[in-house]
Amino acid sequence: MDTNEMICALATVPGTAAIAVIRISGSGSIEKISSLFKPAKSNFNLSEANSHTIHYGDIIFDDELLDDVLVSVFRNPHSYTGEDSVEISCHGSPYIQQKLLENLINSGIRLARPGEFTMRAFLNGKMDLAQAEAVADLIASNSKTAHNLAIDQMRGGFSKRIGELRKELIGFASLIELELDFSEENVEFADRQQLLDLIRKIKTEIESLIQSFNFGNVLKAGIPVAIIGKPNVGKSTLLNTLLQEEKAIVSEIPGTTRDSIEDTIIIDGVAFRFIDTAGLRPTEDTIETIGIERTLEKIKQARIILFVFDVATCTMDQIKEVIEEHRHLINDPSKRVILIGNKIDQLIEIPKGFKDLLEMETIFVSAKRKENINLISDSLLKSVSREQIEDNAIVSNTRHYEALSNSLDALNSVEEAMLQGISSDLVASDIRQALYHLGTITGQIVNDDILNHIFKNFCIGK
Amino acid sequence: MFEEYDIIVVGAGHAGSEAAAAAAKLGSKVLLITMNMSNIAQMSCNPAIGGIAKGQIIREIDAMGGYSGIVTDHTTIQFRMLNKSKGPAMWSPRAQNDRMLFSIKWREILENTANLDFWQDMVVAVLTDGDRVTGIKTGMGLEIKAKAVILANGTFLNGIIHIGKKQFGGGRIGEKASKGLTESLNAIGFESARMKTGTPVRVDGRTIDFSKLEEQKGDENPQKFSFTDTPILKKQRSCYIAYTNKKVHDALRVGFADSPMFSGRIEGIGPRYCPSVEDKINRFANKSSHQLFAEPEGWNTTEYYLSGFSSSLPDYVQFNALRKIPGFENAKIFRPGYAIEYDYFPPIQLNYTLETKLIQNLYFAGQINGTTGYEEAAAQGIIAGINAHLKINEKPEFILTRSDAYIGVLIDDLITKGVDEPYRMFTSRAEYRVLLRQDNADIRLTALSHKIGLASDERLDLVNHKIKLIEQIKSFVKKESVSPEEINTYLEKINSKTLMQKVKIESLILRPEVTLNDLINRITSLNNFVHSLDKNHLPEIIEETEILLKYDNYIRKEKEVAQKMSKLDQIKLSDNFDYRSLKALSWEASEKLTKIKPRTIGQASRISGVSPADISILIVYLGR
Repeated sequence: MDTNEMICALATVPGTAAIAVIRISGSGSIEKISSLFKPAKSNFNLSEANSHTIHYGDIIFDDELLDDVLVSVFRNPHSYTGEDSVEISCHGSPYIQQKLLENLINSGIRLARPGEFTMRAFLNGKMDLAQAEAVADLIASNSKTAHNLAIDQMRGGFSKRIGELRKELIGFASLIELELDFSEENVEFADRQQLLDLIRKIKTEIESLIQSFNFGNVLKAGIPVAIIGKPNVGKSTLLNTLLQEEKAIVSEIPGTTRDSIEDTIIIDGVAFRFIDTAGLRPTEDTIETIGIERTLEKIKQARIILFVFDVATCTMDQIKEVIEEHRHLINDPSKRVILIGNKIDQLIEIPKGFKDLLEMETIFVSAKRKENINLISDSLLKSVSREQIEDNAIVSNTRHYEALSNSLDALNSVEEAMLQGISSDLVASDIRQALYHLGTITGQIVNDDILNHIFKNFCIGK
Repeated sequence: MFEEYDIIVVGAGHAGSEAAAAAAKLGSKVLLITMNMSNIAQMSCNPAIGGIAKGQIIREIDAMGGYSGIVTDHTTIQFRMLNKSKGPAMWSPRAQNDRMLFSIKWREILENTANLDFWQDMVVAVLTDGDRVTGIKTGMGLEIKAKAVILANGTFLNGIIHIGKKQFGGGRIGEKASKGLTESLNAIGFESARMKTGTPVRVDGRTIDFSKLEEQKGDENPQKFSFTDTPILKKQRSCYIAYTNKKVHDALRVGFADSPMFSGRIEGIGPRYCPSVEDKINRFANKSSHQLFAEPEGWNTTEYYLSGFSSSLPDYVQFNALRKIPGFENAKIFRPGYAIEYDYFPPIQLNYTLETKLIQNLYFAGQINGTTGYEEAAAQGIIAGINAHLKINEKPEFILTRSDAYIGVLIDDLITKGVDEPYRMFTSRAEYRVLLRQDNADIRLTALSHKIGLASDERLDLVNHKIKLIEQIKSFVKKESVSPEEINTYLEKINSKTLMQKVKIESLILRPEVTLNDLINRITSLNNFVHSLDKNHLPEIIEETEILLKYDNYIRKEKEVAQKMSKLDQIKLSDNFDYRSLKALSWEASEKLTKIKPRTIGQASRISGVSPADISILIVYLGR
């Protein structure tokens, strides 16, 4: 691979926008752009511009004005890639973007490959591998918590903790290795109980990291929330109201089964993904039955369930009956169920005893009149404690998750082998397996699959 | 007096003997030069071959058609398979040998090798033409031409022997040191440094009270090293275990002031894992006793080697301390222990073939590369001998990888990491220990060696026969079942869970407490099947089959990792790669890489000072 070539790419999202940014990097790129750029200020030459300066002027190809632009200059090594770099901010029409790129390519600048800017940053020592990996996550993050996770990982995050665990395990391994290689020379034997304790301690820590993967992934993708209830209790109205009330971005994220669209709202930086449960009613229609089955499947994935009932028409006993029907959900420790008493606008006052009788977290709202909706938002946020996000190592990367799972498998084999009294050379073999997998997370073990994986995750231009 | 040789081998120790034999067998015209024809393949230290990791190496050499295993089998006085209670990766053959017979047997084999000539002399210089070796010059002033030269000088280069304050030149006790050669190589541009090793006192067995020692007998059913039909031991001699005590330690401490080690007169670095007895009591002051082994030196001699009592303290201090050991109160000694310092050439100056990077067709093998041990030396000898022959015949190199053999681990370690103390093989140095077993050395290596023409057709037939029978037994036990009636009595007897219904025979072999031999004796169908097979080497074949079935899970897992890692060994690095131009590499990494010039990313990743981050940078740079 030639890392001396100049490369260019669109750095902003393709399509129409107010402005678009095209990034050029590589030795000679400032001079190259200078030859295409007519600065507004006379007597100024872009190729003499200082690093970190912005210049206004025209981009001209074949004596024809393409656009008036702002050009930012970054000089080696103080740029993202560590090379001489230029960023051209042009007007955001697809035609201008297209034309500009075309002409840059014609003038001898190659279109960058996916991840190539970051790869150059990496090669020039601007970031390490874990940071490069985190950059991919960072670009993809669309909520504050996902962003925090990526930033945490970019700074080293939990791989430091895994590094410490691995070190302990290496200490353990070397004791066993010593015993094996010097078994003829009466060396003192390592205390098996102590070793077993250590293995179990490491296992516990890895298990908790693996569990945090679910949580980390949830934070990254949005916490799944299901709104359930009988037809006509106001589920759709409630969802719409929530979407409107929280002025945050509403995005469309395809669901895991890729057959339904989910709405995501962001409350105070935390993403919540609302699972569409329309159609949850008894039916003879086969197609609808399939839909319901899928819905039920999705409810299983939910971490929070908003259980909506109509306080205006339902009696206490009816409500209790519905709750009993869904007892399995309510008793599921992995889910938090919040009862939502809707349509309080149709009541003069909330019937007495309601709260006491239900013995569950209950919020009374009017979805239609947007009353008490903020109470739901507050309650949703309680599902995520700040400490959980900020203080704990959270695994959110699939590659890391796999390596942790493989390590755990190997550690289980170690434990099993030790309990069965299997020879220590085989125990050592399992320890080596665990060290290998843990090493792929901390970067102590490098193989080219990992590197491919990391740089493949970029879209073009980063 | 001499015509031009294809290959000259300098030194007839374990490395030189294997090198000369291999090259001559392959068809090169070889001259073996030694300073003393009566000391060919001398065991300078322990009268023993093999042990943990070292036994595996001898099996590998044998599988390739080397002679160390055969010579050992012909001269063994005691055999033990170490670590039989552990998994098969740790099973390590070890033999006590008759020191004199060992040397005689090697000489007999070499003298019966076609294409091999001998000359007794000291080599004082290598002759070169530009960057190519052309021959050697001897102490008698002769110049002998050769297309390739293998240096296997052992501990002889500027060797100095220390006993207390006394020091004198020598390559081994009673033998002259080799002078001039180091300086000749330094002048060409090779770097050299000093190392140190030691050996213990030899005791007169007639003066040892064996009743006060613990007897250590050989195995009841002694095995052997060679995969060929070498003789099996009929009778054996025992070793004896003794212990030091506080009085012994005090007696040794008297001499500390005169110790060449503690006084700094010895500059060379000694091996940490094979310390002298004064080192042990100095470093582990709270340990009140150390284990010693009295090893007989042969069938018909009364001489005993006192393993664990290596020392360079003054002779009278060694003697007085010896007499404080229970059983040695009246001991007389044949000669004291001593330390020896010698020149070695840091092996990062070598390629995988053991050819030097600086001078073409010049090879280094054995202790000259900073290793210790007969086995490690012999392994380098056979690799250097093979490759010198292949090079002058313009044939492709013969290189074993880390997942092929301990020999591959040894050479990769030497040329990649260098040595900072005398290098000895350990099983922990091999990342694929479960794959590199003593029992499968032939399966791993014989075909490879046969392909280049070293391992004979008979050897290849033998291993093919083994592989065929293993497959037959394996498919039988995977296919055929055993009923509860037939096997439950046995299972009960060995406290194994009894069967409720028929199961495949294989599933029983997976139980740690069950052996294949027991099953053969108890399951009629299996018994009939096994007895219908060719009897040749059947016991080994049954054992090998059992290992492959029982440890399949471990073998498979290691193979997977080996495969993953071997990808890195397939990414080639050019010798001309300009590491200094890659700004992201650490300074230390770029210096080391520039010096060592690794062939592959895999090798680069094993250089100390080259971090995983540096490796990622190289991989990404190469566009992988």
